[in-house]
Amino acid sequence: MINSKYFFQGLRSLKNFDSPAIALGCSFIAIGALLKNIGFNIEQSILSTVLTYALPGQLVMAESFLIGASLINIFLAVWLVNARLYPMTVALMPQLKEESQPKWKYYLSCHFLAVSSWLIMKDRIETVEQKYRIDFWIGIGTGTWMTAIIATIAGYLLSDYLNQDMVIGLAIVNPVYFTCMMVGAMKNKSIGTAVILGSILGPLFFIVSPEWSILFGGLLAGTIAFIIGEKYE
Amino acid sequence: MNNIVLVILITSLATYMPRFLGVLSSEKIDAKSKLFRWFNCIAYAILAALIARMIVFPAGVLSESNTLIRFFVLVCSISIFLATKKNLVYPTVTSAIMLAILNSYL
Repeated sequence: MINSKYFFQGLRSLKNFDSPAIALGCSFIAIGALLKNIGFNIEQSILSTVLTYALPGQLVMAESFLIGASLINIFLAVWLVNARLYPMTVALMPQLKEESQPKWKYYLSCHFLAVSSWLIMKDRIETVEQKYRIDFWIGIGTGTWMTAIIATIAGYLLSDYLNQDMVIGLAIVNPVYFTCMMVGAMKNKSIGTAVILGSILGPLFFIVSPEWSILFGGLLAGTIAFIIGEKYE
Repeated sequence: MNNIVLVILITSLATYMPRFLGVLSSEKIDAKSKLFRWFNCIAYAILAALIARMIVFPAGVLSESNTLIRFFVLVCSISIFLATKKNLVYPTVTSAIMLAILNSYL
């Protein structure tokens, strides 16, 4: 089944100095508090993080729910904001492939794919033996997913004690953590270009089209970075 | 089934779909191929675009803070990150405290 040595190695990467647990915890505390404020009960809040486990998607769900959007509109809005998970999955799974490993591991563990787990896995991938990369990934995924669930519960219970400035403070942790991880990931020309161009084009395209800015900005910046990388590396 | 549970299920389905399709496509993509490298660049660029958007045009509570303060906190955090040999605990913890304090007193 799952190789426990690699599973726990992956799980343990959560207590390193570059652990995603703090950032993840802070943002899901904010989600827990938000879900309580919009009228979810604690079971529903837990269910949301267990089944969705994607911060921007849950934010969009909460906003759409508040304004009373129809189910089909909620589906489309969430799909649009989470479409980024597709290229992220394709940019990771081929590196975890191994003939002898059963397919269900891949189809089940892709649920753990989120920005934090993705960035930490990409950072570690070269250090893990090809054959057991999927087990290592399941370890990271289980750890980050559990962290998010626990933080959602904590946020729900603490929501009455959190004032607005504290919630704003919690909300900045996630983008700060991601930015630092991205700066750390800029190890070659193509990724460096992708990160810099993406962070310029994303907000720029947002002025024109808020819904499509991330996808279009990312697609254009990524393609330019790819061409530069193929030419100069 | 009540409405909230339905909303949660719809959201989860819309989120699992791109993950599932990603694994499906990956079955035919080799990690050493050009196509993979292209997707890799796109994934990093999309993340950068998303994170930059979160800071420049934030959604939710973060939009109630001042843009200049957010930039200031971000620059300080990256400096701490680089100065501490890429430790991520210091910059993240500092950023939360800094923003909470600056936002309540400025």
